[in-house]
Amino acid sequence: MRHRLTKKSGNFSEWLIQKLLLLAGISSMLIMALIFVFLFKEAVRFFFTANPFDLIGKWVYDDWEGHYVFKMMWQSISEVPKYSLIPLICGSLLVAFPATVIAGVLGLGCAIYLSELAPSKVREILKPTLELLAGIPSVVIGFVMLAFIATFIQNTFHTKFRLNAFVGACGVALAVLPIMITIAEDAMRAVPKDLRDASYALGATKWQTVWGTVVPAAVSGISAAIILGFGRALGETMIVLMATGNAALVTGNIFSSVRTMTANIAAELGSVAQGSEHYYALFLVGAVLFTFTFVLNLVSEIVLNKMRQKLRM
Amino acid sequence: MLIAEENQGIGEKTNMGTRTLAGGVLSDREDVTRNPIKIFTRELDMYYGAVRALQGITAEIKERAVTALIGPSGCGKSTFLRTLNRMNDTIPGARIEGTVMIDGVNIYGADVNVAALRRMVGMVFQKQNPFPKSIFDNVAYGPRLHGITDKAVLEHMVEESLKKSAIWDEVKDRLDTSAMQLSGGQQQRLCIARVLAVGPEIILMDEPASALDPLSTAKIEELIHQLRKNYTIVIVTHNMQQAARVSDFTAYFYMGSLVEFGETKTIFTNPTKKETEDYITGRFG
Ligand SMILES: Nc1ncnc2c1ncn2[C@@H]1O[C@H](COP(=O)(O)OP(=O)(O)O)[C@@H](O)[C@H]1O
Ligand SMILES: [Mg+2]
Repeated sequence: MRHRLTKKSGNFSEWLIQKLLLLAGISSMLIMALIFVFLFKEAVRFFFTANPFDLIGKWVYDDWEGHYVFKMMWQSISEVPKYSLIPLICGSLLVAFPATVIAGVLGLGCAIYLSELAPSKVREILKPTLELLAGIPSVVIGFVMLAFIATFIQNTFHTKFRLNAFVGACGVALAVLPIMITIAEDAMRAVPKDLRDASYALGATKWQTVWGTVVPAAVSGISAAIILGFGRALGETMIVLMATGNAALVTGNIFSSVRTMTANIAAELGSVAQGSEHYYALFLVGAVLFTFTFVLNLVSEIVLNKMRQKLRM
Repeated sequence: MLIAEENQGIGEKTNMGTRTLAGGVLSDREDVTRNPIKIFTRELDMYYGAVRALQGITAEIKERAVTALIGPSGCGKSTFLRTLNRMNDTIPGARIEGTVMIDGVNIYGADVNVAALRRMVGMVFQKQNPFPKSIFDNVAYGPRLHGITDKAVLEHMVEESLKKSAIWDEVKDRLDTSAMQLSGGQQQRLCIARVLAVGPEIILMDEPASALDPLSTAKIEELIHQLRKNYTIVIVTHNMQQAARVSDFTAYFYMGSLVEFGETKTIFTNPTKKETEDYITGRFG
């Protein structure tokens, strides 16, 4: 007879649950890998027919000018299709960057307020409200931006285009705000009470403690929030499709219409002939976008890990 | 742990000092009993919400002397300590009744600047808590808070504070490295340096050596002995021998009340209350 301490405790159902969970874990990783492989396999085909240099621009004969000019354009439906990624990357950055700045400033302020200043009653109301904001479908945000805010912004800044990068950026900022606040607030709450006490005991005021101790100790988490927010902003599709005007221009003007990589794919992939050069070009845009956001997520994950280690020491 | 091995000989002079009830000996040192009073509490009550953690504490703490607070866990030692620099203000629901006077000023008075009070009454915590910043920035934190930005002045203050807390020689070549890389004992001395840098007159220590090894503990005790010449020190300790070694006065707390308060010599050799004797000899607690 075996001793009860040495008897195997697991029974069949426990074994099954373990294996099922393992399966779920493996399959989600597998799906990620498959997406990656599929995306890049299709994207690479672009280079079977096209010149890699086309991704930057093309020399095209200009009838008006009467000579060849170098054009950085995305013009997929044309006698001479042009697949320059420059205007799309430019559009994506011109939306994602201001969106991150807006959401970063608002989000950091909000996170500081929530974690350090808000009385617990206010916090109890604000936190769920933020989670509600995270639940608004992006098409709704896009609609509001397009229908109302765009007009307001045009009247305020007297912009040439009603739908422009800035309108899109405002909408995207709204969409990425909740996740940024959540991560930044978590990072600040993770700062041990010990450190705040040390600061107060040296005669620091609340604000000096927040700014001199809590924020620096949470700086990795806050950076991670910003990087992740930027990644999300790059990937946001519906809002930019609706609110940015979708003109693929190479520009630095925040009040100009732009077209982002995401909007470009969403707008064109539905009506493209499968297996055509245009089709592969769109996959290439997708692959570039994937790489951007993958790297950003990776960096934010590394930064967060570093912070956890720093605070544990 | 603290059982007195032998009862005869207690209170007798040995060639090293005076043997105590807790075992070990008291070192002979200069008389501080006539030093002026630095802190005076009268009928001090302290509540956490509805829970009363201190009841009617009346005590006089002498200047430039070490006062040890002893007593079983949860008896209110830390709570009492925190009333002296108003760190209890940061705890929601905490409230006091009665008065705490420092240099004759009621520190709970309406016109008291809490930041200035905490500069004057520094605090060292049970678990060493350096900021995740460089050694230099840890010590310069306080002075910077109070508006000092001049590099040379800061460097001077940092050096002085590190010297006073007996850690300068160990860190002078690596002031720019992270304080997190120091050993526990070094971190605790750094925390003391950080307190000294804001120029306090009183230093509160809440079991400053309880998380440290014996060697680091000895260093902290030696440091307390040095600091005693210029600062008023109030120290909480769980370790009876430590209280006997480092302090001039001892206060015995039990369940939120101050049971007995007097010269360490007296408390440890000839306490007036039976409870004090029981606690010190390790019969309970
Ligand atoms: N932040 C707090 N909130 C509520 N009760 C507390 C708090 N801190 C301490 N107490 C209570 O006050 C009493 C005294 O605690 P404390 O001063 O920490 O004791 P000691 O330092 O002597 O071990 C204990 O009963 C403890 O549970
Ligand atoms: Mg305590």
